[in-house]
Amino acid sequence: MDQKRYELNVQLAQMLKGGVIMDVTNVEQAKIAEDAGAVAVMALERVPADIRKEGGVARMSDPAMIAEIKKAVSIPLMAKARIGHFVEAQILEALKVDYIDESEVLTPADEECHIDKTKFFIPFVCGARNLGEALRRIAEGAAMIRTKGEAGTGNVVEAVRHIRTVNREIRQLVNMPREEVTGFARTNGIPYELALQVRELGRLPVVNFAAGGIATPADAALMMQLGCDGIFVGSGIFKSENPAGRARAIVKATAYYNDPVKILEASMSLGKAMPGLEISDIPEGQLLAVRGW
Amino acid sequence: MVVLNMVRDNNEPGGFLLPKHVSPPTIGVLDLQGGVLEHLDHLQRLGINGTRVKEPPDFTNLAGLIIPGGESTCLSRLLYLYGIAETIIREFRRGMKIWGTCAGAILLARSVVGESPYLSLIDIEIERNSFGSQLESFTSEAVILQVSSQPVPLTFIRAPKITKSGKGVEIILRIDDYIAAAESPDVLVTVFHPELTGCVAFHRYFARKCGLEPLDDTKVPAVDPTWDNKSWTRFERKNK
Repeated sequence: MDQKRYELNVQLAQMLKGGVIMDVTNVEQAKIAEDAGAVAVMALERVPADIRKEGGVARMSDPAMIAEIKKAVSIPLMAKARIGHFVEAQILEALKVDYIDESEVLTPADEECHIDKTKFFIPFVCGARNLGEALRRIAEGAAMIRTKGEAGTGNVVEAVRHIRTVNREIRQLVNMPREEVTGFARTNGIPYELALQVRELGRLPVVNFAAGGIATPADAALMMQLGCDGIFVGSGIFKSENPAGRARAIVKATAYYNDPVKILEASMSLGKAMPGLEISDIPEGQLLAVRGW
Repeated sequence: MVVLNMVRDNNEPGGFLLPKHVSPPTIGVLDLQGGVLEHLDHLQRLGINGTRVKEPPDFTNLAGLIIPGGESTCLSRLLYLYGIAETIIREFRRGMKIWGTCAGAILLARSVVGESPYLSLIDIEIERNSFGSQLESFTSEAVILQVSSQPVPLTFIRAPKITKSGKGVEIILRIDDYIAAAESPDVLVTVFHPELTGCVAFHRYFARKCGLEPLDDTKVPAVDPTWDNKSWTRFERKNK
């Protein structure tokens, strides 16, 4: 992708700022999400909570199912490819989805390399637990970043850890004399030029959304107040008792994230949230956030 | 007691209202979702007082309102939650001018292909996401003498097309079979995003439409060379 195309892809993500992107597994859910005010939907066969439960190898979803959802909604459509699986990405590009999520929720196809995203015209979003990981993905061509909270748990703790880490490292960089940037970049595995850019901007050069474990309007507003530009909700909506109501409530709380009275109102009478999982109860081999580097 | 700057308000009993605060004429950017900071950046380049608006009292006495790009379905849901739509229509009748970019243009159209319209403030028909997926998003350039003597860069992102315009609507830019920019005396619509380019000409044009005096092109050229695609980040939220 040339620079112009990359800019257009970054700018599409900018237009999603302040919005909620929802995981959906069929046309009916996609319509509920769109109607609730989602700014995009992520089409996948199984939400992370089910992937976690059922185990096995999680791959890109059936393209026919993604195509059906694409036809049913007018908002942007995202779909997931496995980390490093550039052919799944080629298929999704041929299918003309709007954004590809190179996602740790699926089983990685490559333990050494992420996809070379500069080879594509289509934009990519990638997960990151810290500044180094975010900037490595951007160097590879990602046009949007998200936290890598532990998907399918309904537990926001990891996403909070990631955004706090990124913010802390950005603050360090901003306050650092220029001659210390070289060492900081080396220690954190960051391309030097990108480190300088972040130091100047005081933030990531692309939009950074929250993802992983967001289950309530309060979770969404928390991530926004911590400085995320928008929200992904995976299992949190369609694994809850009242998906349409919860979807609307999370949209409302994201738009008015600084207004406790409106978040309170959004939080009323939503029925049961998805069941949550304590991160420490997950066997180490089944943690998703540690996939990719 | 000195009362400054009394403002006539025909919708208020008594007819007069004190402004919330005495400040220079202001253009608000609807801050519900989407490209808010990008518009604020352009307004500031022109020396225009810009502010985010998201609660009904924020709209009082605005000279103009920009409805930014974003997702029109999302914006439309939020518009009707807390009385924003009614407030916009009331302030519009009072004299507030409105400019909608991309999703904003959809919200302002009298007719939206395949769905019911929203604010219905300009007599155009518009088709949502009319070019296809993100792979069909593109940039181009056009000469629009009404707006600038220099060619204007255009950025289309999953853009709508204006398919028809009615009485009282002037076409500013037509490309192939569709209309890309149009206006009525009180409303401006563009399906592309001047705020995603260095072009400040449309913001200047809109500011003048609102009766304001933006810096002219001897001070800030139509395409501001000091702009880059990260300029919006200087409006980063303070609480980060």
